[in-house]
Amino acid sequence: MNLEVLGIIVLWIFLFGYVIVASIDFGAGFFNAYSLLTNKSHILSNIIQRYLSPVWEVTNVFLVFFFVGIVGFFPQTAFYYGTVLLVPVSIAIILLAVRGSYYAFESYGSRGHKGYAFAYGVSGLLIPSSLSVVLTISEGGFVEIINDRPQLDFWALFTSPLTWSIVLLSIASVLYISAVFLTWYAWKAQDWEAHELMRKYALIWAGPLIFMAVAIIIQMQQHNPDRFRNMISIWPMFGISGMLFLMTVWLIWKKRGLGLSVGLLILQFLFAFFAYGISHYPYLLYPYLTIYEGFTNQEMAISLVIAFIAGLCLLIPSLYLLFRLFLFNKEYLTGNQKDFHA
Amino acid sequence: MMNESAVFWSRMLTELTLSFHIIYATIGVGVPLMIMIAQWVGMKNNDEHYILLARRITRGFVITVAVGVVTGTAIGLQLSLLWPNFMRLAGQVIALPLFMETFAFFFEAIFLGIYLYTWDRFDNQTKHMLLLIPVAIGASMSAVFITVVNSFMNTPQGFELVNGELVNIQPLVAMFNPSMPTKVAHVLASAYMTSAFLLASIAAFRLLKGSNHIYYKKSLFLMMKLGLIFSIATAVIGDFSGKFLAEYQPEKLAAAEWHFETEEAASLILLGFMDQEENIKLAIRIPYALSILAHGNPMAEVIGLNEFPEDEIPPLYIHYLFNIMVFIGMFMTLVSILYVAGVWRGWQFIKKVWFRWLTVLGGPLSIIAIETGWWLAEVGRQPWILRGYMRTAQGATTSEHVDMMFILFCILYIVLGIGSIVVLSRMYRANPIEQEIQDRMAEVEGGVR
Repeated sequence: MNLEVLGIIVLWIFLFGYVIVASIDFGAGFFNAYSLLTNKSHILSNIIQRYLSPVWEVTNVFLVFFFVGIVGFFPQTAFYYGTVLLVPVSIAIILLAVRGSYYAFESYGSRGHKGYAFAYGVSGLLIPSSLSVVLTISEGGFVEIINDRPQLDFWALFTSPLTWSIVLLSIASVLYISAVFLTWYAWKAQDWEAHELMRKYALIWAGPLIFMAVAIIIQMQQHNPDRFRNMISIWPMFGISGMLFLMTVWLIWKKRGLGLSVGLLILQFLFAFFAYGISHYPYLLYPYLTIYEGFTNQEMAISLVIAFIAGLCLLIPSLYLLFRLFLFNKEYLTGNQKDFHA
Repeated sequence: MMNESAVFWSRMLTELTLSFHIIYATIGVGVPLMIMIAQWVGMKNNDEHYILLARRITRGFVITVAVGVVTGTAIGLQLSLLWPNFMRLAGQVIALPLFMETFAFFFEAIFLGIYLYTWDRFDNQTKHMLLLIPVAIGASMSAVFITVVNSFMNTPQGFELVNGELVNIQPLVAMFNPSMPTKVAHVLASAYMTSAFLLASIAAFRLLKGSNHIYYKKSLFLMMKLGLIFSIATAVIGDFSGKFLAEYQPEKLAAAEWHFETEEAASLILLGFMDQEENIKLAIRIPYALSILAHGNPMAEVIGLNEFPEDEIPPLYIHYLFNIMVFIGMFMTLVSILYVAGVWRGWQFIKKVWFRWLTVLGGPLSIIAIETGWWLAEVGRQPWILRGYMRTAQGATTSEHVDMMFILFCILYIVLGIGSIVVLSRMYRANPIEQEIQDRMAEVEGGVR
């Protein structure tokens, strides 16, 4: 395997990590706000706070890691995507900033402010929408090079059904992933009311999720036939993903093996995410930039890989410690120990 | 191909984001060390007050970290959004420290989360202390790596440019460039200094506002001692930075000193104003001082601005920034010497209202020094974005809409700035130290521990 492929796999894994942890985070914020509006906050807020508090900062680092890494391994992306994405990504940054800071302000300052909770919940849906625009753009057809300057055709982007399908898919995924995770988490914490509510949400969002995923594959046939052929050629991966999805829904329906259902959920998205990524190969931005043209020099690539391995040696034990203390610690989960912070 | 307004607004937006970010970033680098030291002193002397101090600082620290993280994410992305041409070139050479910075940040984030949410979970205070070490290390290391990136922009090396192509790239040589040692050391020392003086100014403020608690006196004394150590370190490293500039970036030093003619035994210009015709008025000239600052030798030759082409000279207003930074540094060293010596010697004036107010002023002044220092360093390398290789205008985006984004980010930073101040002050007002000590006593007696 060459370094280009290794580099993109590493980055894709980190992006996947971000998608999962951020989805849980964004979805939780939305469910929290929704429960406030429907007067069910007493059921949910406790379990959501308990999970989110220690990990919100770590979630953010996954994203930073991805975009620093992609500019490191593929400096050309800075030129193409940097120029084109000024507006959508700036909006995403502002939403992320509002969200991250309000979260800290609210937990430590004025707990239970409805306006904050609402802003927090809505931003959780808008951020995936504004970030998923990047995926749409990477499919090609929205960027033109005029006088050596890449320019984004906003009109084409906003009127394309593909854009809106991807936005809807990202929202449905966020809510589904979050609901499945919190179903399990509430069950672990023996919070039956929260468990029951989240289970309902998980089943509700399963439908739109699979509907949008299929819709996108169909649209790809029109939008970019090359990509469609690539997708068809690796159909078993999408098939496995679909099977895993059905198994997850079935487990949740039957209220059985909830820990397993979270595992299956992650695998389902892993397969879909990698199938999507593989079918994109070798393009970073269709049809201008491939991973081979955009790759950094050999020396930098090697030192980045070394730094990456060294960094992982530091991170994996630390993350394990974090999870052991908060995710898998029965005492903490059920709240038998008193609220530690501050 | 260039877009004048995009270049201008890209510079404005970058300056805005960085100026806002470094307030929180400086706190983020320095405060963990102070928390760790307070926890350590508390453990060693078995003094509950210092442990409380560590915790109370941490609680406020979380708010500043939150703002630091989100504005840091903003500048991280803006590097590519606003300077795509620069990143395409520099990314080939300098991606390594950027990458390592995220690791340091990751590391810090994990352990800060653990420390915060394991409050009182372990009976042994040493475990809490051990959690703080990676937080402090991670915080300082991320400052180290990101400063390495900046120092590369000042003294690029570790590559060759042949017909517009980068060849012979050596990532480690690029990292360990000539300005890296002084820059990294100066950033760290000044961040520690600023954090110590900020925390001292909070304690002094509480003492002024009527609290006479021993907790604040201990806190004030500890922070002033630390502030003194780090302000001396900052000054010494600052002197090294002068010598570095004389050798590698003489135009920056000359512009900061309004030194036009190359001459031996150069004098240093303090204060003063410059009119339209570049006449210097009301300045104090200290003979030989510039030669000493630049080369450590009163007779040494210092290169003047006239040696450089007109379009490679940085703006001359950086002289004012230089003066503000240096004066604040000296002033704070003096205040902390007086205070520390005063405590040892029993001088009474350090408890007077006017002296307490000087101490309160120390925190905000140090932040102003940090800002002016960064503006000096950054504006001082204009017109280059990559000194000697790429001009700022060549690195900027060609995108429209940068001005709109500037307005949006302005609003964001106003909201974040006001929000963090309101939340912080409310947090401490709602739970004064007297209250917290009482609660803690009740807890201990109640048999929780």
